[in-house]
Amino acid sequence: MSSAPADHDRPPALLAESALQQAVQAAEQAFAGAEDLAALAAIKPAHLGDKAPLQLARRELGSLPGPERADAGKRVNAARVRVQEAFDARREVLTAERDAKVLAEEAVDVTLPWDRRPRGARHPLTQISEQIADVFVAMGYEVAEGPEVEASWLNFDALNFGKDHPARTMQDTFYLGDPEKGQDSGMVLRTHTSPVQVRALLDRELPVYVVCPGRTFRTDELDATHTPVFHQVEGLAVDKGITMAHLKGTLDAFARAMFGEDSRTRLRPSFFPFTEPSAEVDVWFPEKKGGPGWVEWGGCGMVNPNVLRAAGIDPEVYSGFAFGMGLERTLQFRNGLPDMRDMVEGDVRFSRAFGV
Amino acid sequence: MRVPVSWLADHVRVADPTELPSDPDEVAEAFVRVGLEVEDIHRGPELTGPLVVGRVAEIEELTEFKKPIRYCQVEFGPGLDGTPERRGIVCGAQNFAVGDLVVVAQPGAVLPGGFAISARKTYGHVSDGMIASARELGIGADHTGILVLPPGTAQPGDDAIPLLGLDDAVIELAVTPDRGYCFAVRGLARELAASLDVDFTDPATRVEVPREDASSWPVRIEDEVGAPRYVARRVSGVDPSAPTPWWMARRLLAAGMRPISLTVDVTNYVMLELGQPLHAFDATRLSGDIVVRRAKEGEKLTTLDDVERALDPDDLLITDDSGPIALAGVMGGASTEIPAVHGPGATVDVLIEAAHFDPAVIARAARRHKLPSEASKRFERSVDPQLPPIAAERAARLLVEHGGGTIVPGRTDVGAAPRLAPVRMPLELPDRTAGVSYERGATVRRLAQIGCAVELDTGPDGHGLVVASPPSWRPDLTAPADLVEEVLRLEGYETIPSTLPAAPAGRGLTPAQRRRRAVSRALAEAGHVEVEPFPFVGDAVWDAFGLDADDVRRRTVQVLNPIDAERPRLTTTLLPGLLDTLVRNRARGLEDLALYQIGQVVLPHAESVPMPDPGVTERPSDAEIAQINAALPAQPVHVGVVLAGDREPRGWWGPGRPASWADAIEAARLVGQAAGVELRVTRAELAPFHPGRVAALRVGDWVVGHAGELHPKVIEALGLPPRTSAMEIDLDALPLDERRPVPRVSPYPPISVDVALVTAGDVPAAEVADALTDGGGELLEEVRLFDVYTGEQVGEGRKSLAFSLRFRADDRTLTNEEANAARDAAVAVAAERHGAVLRG
Repeated sequence: MSSAPADHDRPPALLAESALQQAVQAAEQAFAGAEDLAALAAIKPAHLGDKAPLQLARRELGSLPGPERADAGKRVNAARVRVQEAFDARREVLTAERDAKVLAEEAVDVTLPWDRRPRGARHPLTQISEQIADVFVAMGYEVAEGPEVEASWLNFDALNFGKDHPARTMQDTFYLGDPEKGQDSGMVLRTHTSPVQVRALLDRELPVYVVCPGRTFRTDELDATHTPVFHQVEGLAVDKGITMAHLKGTLDAFARAMFGEDSRTRLRPSFFPFTEPSAEVDVWFPEKKGGPGWVEWGGCGMVNPNVLRAAGIDPEVYSGFAFGMGLERTLQFRNGLPDMRDMVEGDVRFSRAFGV
Repeated sequence: MRVPVSWLADHVRVADPTELPSDPDEVAEAFVRVGLEVEDIHRGPELTGPLVVGRVAEIEELTEFKKPIRYCQVEFGPGLDGTPERRGIVCGAQNFAVGDLVVVAQPGAVLPGGFAISARKTYGHVSDGMIASARELGIGADHTGILVLPPGTAQPGDDAIPLLGLDDAVIELAVTPDRGYCFAVRGLARELAASLDVDFTDPATRVEVPREDASSWPVRIEDEVGAPRYVARRVSGVDPSAPTPWWMARRLLAAGMRPISLTVDVTNYVMLELGQPLHAFDATRLSGDIVVRRAKEGEKLTTLDDVERALDPDDLLITDDSGPIALAGVMGGASTEIPAVHGPGATVDVLIEAAHFDPAVIARAARRHKLPSEASKRFERSVDPQLPPIAAERAARLLVEHGGGTIVPGRTDVGAAPRLAPVRMPLELPDRTAGVSYERGATVRRLAQIGCAVELDTGPDGHGLVVASPPSWRPDLTAPADLVEEVLRLEGYETIPSTLPAAPAGRGLTPAQRRRRAVSRALAEAGHVEVEPFPFVGDAVWDAFGLDADDVRRRTVQVLNPIDAERPRLTTTLLPGLLDTLVRNRARGLEDLALYQIGQVVLPHAESVPMPDPGVTERPSDAEIAQINAALPAQPVHVGVVLAGDREPRGWWGPGRPASWADAIEAARLVGQAAGVELRVTRAELAPFHPGRVAALRVGDWVVGHAGELHPKVIEALGLPPRTSAMEIDLDALPLDERRPVPRVSPYPPISVDVALVTAGDVPAAEVADALTDGGGELLEEVRLFDVYTGEQVGEGRKSLAFSLRFRADDRTLTNEEANAARDAAVAVAAERHGAVLRG
């Protein structure tokens, strides 16, 4: 140990420029040699801690006279900044390495299936029925519904089917009997949704603009193109001044909504008891198999004045149009379904294809 | 109705024959434009000649083979040197003789099916061509022998292709019920002419009907409603074996009828030509006056098809002294039929009936006896009442022309043709209905074109009126709208523009419709798949369900004509259809299933209410409308769910979770939530469910449905997978609350306290939770059961229910003291109601 007075005359060894440089270099080397953040953290006190050479050198500053003290202080600080920078740089490198490693370790096989929630679906008939209802609700129509077991009077008589008219047998009707007596009860399973139109005319204030989707029944055996239980949607507008041009315009708008902007309809004269004049509706279907073309879609016409009379409406003042389509058939050609049985059998694979 | 284009062409008058389209597609298109649906176009068979008429000159019978074979010499007219061209042809048929005219496919001809004819050696001779049958030529089904043409039909050597009509297309049309007159060439040619806007020659006006003062047979009409008019004409001395001329046979074949005998063929031909069904009686087999009347109780008639039919008092009959001899307008009787076999030189005495019958009477009879004949098909759509004398005359002359004999002077014509009332229509109604301004005069012109006598008049309001007297064949024209349709369809629907009407503002979907959509979507999003089973069931399913004999669900509406005799009833619950669908999916290897259906069920009343049958000329009274609705069964919309297999599938994450009673109840709660109703779950017992695993679902105290696991016996009986669970709710029974109360949401922090309560094992957890809720007061925000424990620590027959209670105040931060006090109050009520003890 040197004597105290001699120490007083020279700067302490720790503050020597060479010592400071050495401390910096030692720190830089040590940091560069740290393999990971833990190693870096372990050696940090030796170079940046309270016992680190530069920290000890800083403590010596107080022993220096003013001007020297300022100069030495600057040098110590510069050295310390360098060490801190070396540490930070190394830590940044090691942190990035660590992060990359963790992410690599956490990698999974994202192709593993996570189908823990069973997939549900709504039946395509429900979906198309709602789609059609929405199209007409947007035009100002309301959705009318009625019972499936219906009075013969509403299913036939009020729709201008005479008691013995051959048209009554055109629609192969399921007749219903009283459970006790087994006799004809004046009730049928509705053969079409048209009785809902009559109900709408009886129940509602004029003008009436309604669309009637629903389940209907005819005694057809189930095959690829027939089913005894099927669905229809009908539209009815009764107002002052309704013309067949309005019918055509409504059908065209309906066709565009269902089959795209290029679609349109064509009317062919036909016969239905409840409309006069009557027409078959063909629709221009751009995606028809084998190229765009006309597809039979449904029936329509101007409401027969006899139907208006049976509902207590004066045909001299009001006129109306009505139209109806089969939903199964619409789905069949729109979606290219070859077999109608798929729609009734309830195979979940079929409905799931249509989603919610 | 099948009709050859050439037959139509006979009656469509065009200045230039090329005006009638030669392409059958264009003819078909013309029909479609005016409202006749084309079902098919039958073009001539694919066939190339030489196909030549020959005369059989010699027949050599070859007997050395297994079946009789003929080697024939057939002549084909004079050759170039004047001697007839002859060919030797081998033939296996026996139905011809020397001198007969036959059709020969000569070498080089190709018959339908690509059957090429060449000279070839067979049965020891060179056959230089083939004598053809109708089937080989593709003009009929007859293959019982070769086609023998009636004498004089053609000359040997004539080209047989035009003769056979092989170049004539046949159009098959569907006739709508209002156009009975289109069941004849007469009506179809009229429609075609109108569609093409060319002149039409009425085949009826070509028949000259002489005035006759005497009657041909005494006839009495006792039922003028059923038979307004009855005409009879008699032809005696007809040769019953006279052949039907080829042109007639060919047209019958083309129309899809089989030529049978001259009298039958003539009546069929006139029916096809004019539309009037005819009947030919053997006059010598008639006894006494003909009387047209309804059947008497117990009467019977053996019809031409040799079926003895018990008659209904509503049946209209042709009778004579022997009793019924024909079911009017439907089918003749066997006893007065012209016999098929006659002695040589015999003649027949034919009485031709041409009557006008009421459409409804004939329709009912044809339906009742399941005899939709060519005649009934026409009568039930109405036949022109002016036709009977014309058609009878036409038939009589054809018989005389081709079968010999003479028309017996006199014609019976009793009754009268119903008159059609003129229809008055505002002149501008067609324009107003179509939304089109038609050319001036179009309405009058089009109405005249369909046969109306048209006059113009002025209505009391000074507007122009059309007064149209419909022609006798158009009884369907009874109202202005009927005339409008005629104008519009003949002017062409394609001229009607496309305009949208201005509908008033609508109110959107009803709350019930929105709710139904919400429920459907919620179930689908929770993994249920919607299906649409049929509503038909049989009693067997109620037995399988284990329903008591007096269970209300057995009270069903019966279908009188079911598709499946095993399932003749309309279901009262959605479960049978859903379970059927479940089984079908299982059979296809799909095991994890959650299915749902939303649909109406049919619940008949205990006491049936009579169904009224109001008139149709005015609105039924409010009382009648109310009674119609009261008479119909209740038809609420239900929602049903069935579950089987795993509700959550097994996977690489671990095992699956089997569907259970709890999933069924959860589906019900989901429905309630989507419908905006909190369903209360209470214990219940109801078939077809497991007695210990079924819950009643309530709104308040009102039961709206059930959910749970099915009874093991039901599962066994229906072949269902174990633990199949189900749920069904009456959606219409859920209250529609438009304005649900909105809770105040407090921003202050909650305090959660857990309590474990020990109760008897059979106390329902929901009731303990209800007790805690009731006892917890306003500060209690939520009660949540998070654990159920049974075991030694709580003792035999007891269980521990662990609840988490969350307390919160609306207006302040709650203190622990307040929360604990509220907890104690909650527990106190649970203790009081259910003997629950706080677990230490």
